[in-house]
Amino acid sequence: MLILTCPNCGVAADETELGSGGEAHLTRFGAGSSDADFENYLFMRKNARGVHFERWRHSYGCGKWFHAARCTTTLEVFGTYPAQTTEPPAELIEKIKQKRPDFEGFSK
Amino acid sequence: MRRYSAFAIAREAARYHTGWERAWASPEPKSEYDVIIVGAGGHGLATAYYLGKNFGITNVAIIEKGWLGGGNTGRNTTIIRSNYLQDPSAAIYEKARSLYETMSQDLNYNVMFSPRGVMMLAQTEHEIRGYQRTAHANALQGVATEFIGPEKVKELCPIIELKGPRFPVLGALWQPRAGTARHDAVAWGYARACSDMGMHIIQKCEVTGVHQDNGKVTGVETTKGRIGCKKLGMVVAGNASALTDMAGFRIPLESVALQALVSEPIKPCMDVVVMANTVHGYLSQSDKGEMVIGGGTDGFNNYTQRGSFHHIEETVRALVETFPMISRLKMLRQWGGIVDVTGDRSPIIGKTPLGNTFINCGWGTGGFKAIPGSGWAFAETIAKGEPGELAAPFGMDRFIEGRFIDESVAAGVAH
Repeated sequence: MLILTCPNCGVAADETELGSGGEAHLTRFGAGSSDADFENYLFMRKNARGVHFERWRHSYGCGKWFHAARCTTTLEVFGTYPAQTTEPPAELIEKIKQKRPDFEGFSK
Repeated sequence: MRRYSAFAIAREAARYHTGWERAWASPEPKSEYDVIIVGAGGHGLATAYYLGKNFGITNVAIIEKGWLGGGNTGRNTTIIRSNYLQDPSAAIYEKARSLYETMSQDLNYNVMFSPRGVMMLAQTEHEIRGYQRTAHANALQGVATEFIGPEKVKELCPIIELKGPRFPVLGALWQPRAGTARHDAVAWGYARACSDMGMHIIQKCEVTGVHQDNGKVTGVETTKGRIGCKKLGMVVAGNASALTDMAGFRIPLESVALQALVSEPIKPCMDVVVMANTVHGYLSQSDKGEMVIGGGTDGFNNYTQRGSFHHIEETVRALVETFPMISRLKMLRQWGGIVDVTGDRSPIIGKTPLGNTFINCGWGTGGFKAIPGSGWAFAETIAKGEPGELAAPFGMDRFIEGRFIDESVAAGVAH
């Protein structure tokens, strides 16, 4: 069972309490953007095999959104952090790099 | 290749079965092929087979990082049906279903296709309307389905409980010529036929890089060294994104785990396949007597081929309600596969940004039923360099054009 600690309320919630929101830190494109940008924003995903940054919602808890860094091949959770950011915190990246020397860091 | 037949069995019986040959060869890779197919699952092998059979292209290698048919081909619940709402889907799935009917004769390999009939239960008013609409669409597409009432459901499947407490059975979409087949045999049969045409099936050979020159692929780097090719076909399901990353382009896919499980074997008790999409579960009985149960997908990106336990609980809880007699069965095995899901829940077959590279992926939770049709259409795409009639609607460009083949609504979960 996947367990993530919600940074908003501090509860260690298991996945039945959570809703997955998919890849995090997408750059939004709306009306007036090019077709390619819009397609990229709506459909194209990194679908990383390894370190993945994603959005989660503590649906059956505090109800708030947050971010998590997780490995999609081992399900190891590296950490969670608040939703009010456009990229993962530097100390979390550092922590992941120590565990996964071949991790190249976050890129958009 | 020696043909399998009653005479072959008699001949071998007379000499203590010492004369059977290996079904397919395991050669070392050559330095170059006309076509390399990455992925020796059902779709990859079928593609290679129809490249040889329909287009005479036999200088082909099929490269597989694990073992043949060990991915989703060996992990599904073996259901074959073609009762789709949208015309492009109905066309390719019906092509596949019709090819399954003659596959054993065609490949001289018994794939145990069993057209026992598939019913998709309507358990809400919305589903009744949805399936009636699908039945009408199928009539126009030439796919034989009908909407049946609860009495007919009970007649076809006596172990079903029509008046379940949460979701009573209100009717079903019935496709009498749908059914199941032996999934491993489909991969093995295609592999044997491909090997017989002189194609190379190279197992335990993982692609680690894609060599390019001027926007064209010249070969792949593998754990068995560099292998050159004139054309490349990518057919790697859940790992498609990892492969396209190496090739330097992105695809609209996300990989998630889908689970299935089987019970201990019991005496024959149901001779149809029942799918219950509202409650996320489907049930059939294998020839060995096990009840084969398929469930839902995890909600998050996952490459672990496991899946979350609570999905099993949800699936089994719902199925026990509809099939009370399974409540005391023990479950024998559970497993997961990595399925590649697109935005509109329809597959991608077609060209890529690299001129001589083609991709076939995104079959999501329902690829097994499509294997022969997918291979047929993708072989045509590779051979001609342009998608044919079956494949054309499934190009990746549909996402930029907003021209979706929206089956997520039509098919619910059990796609």
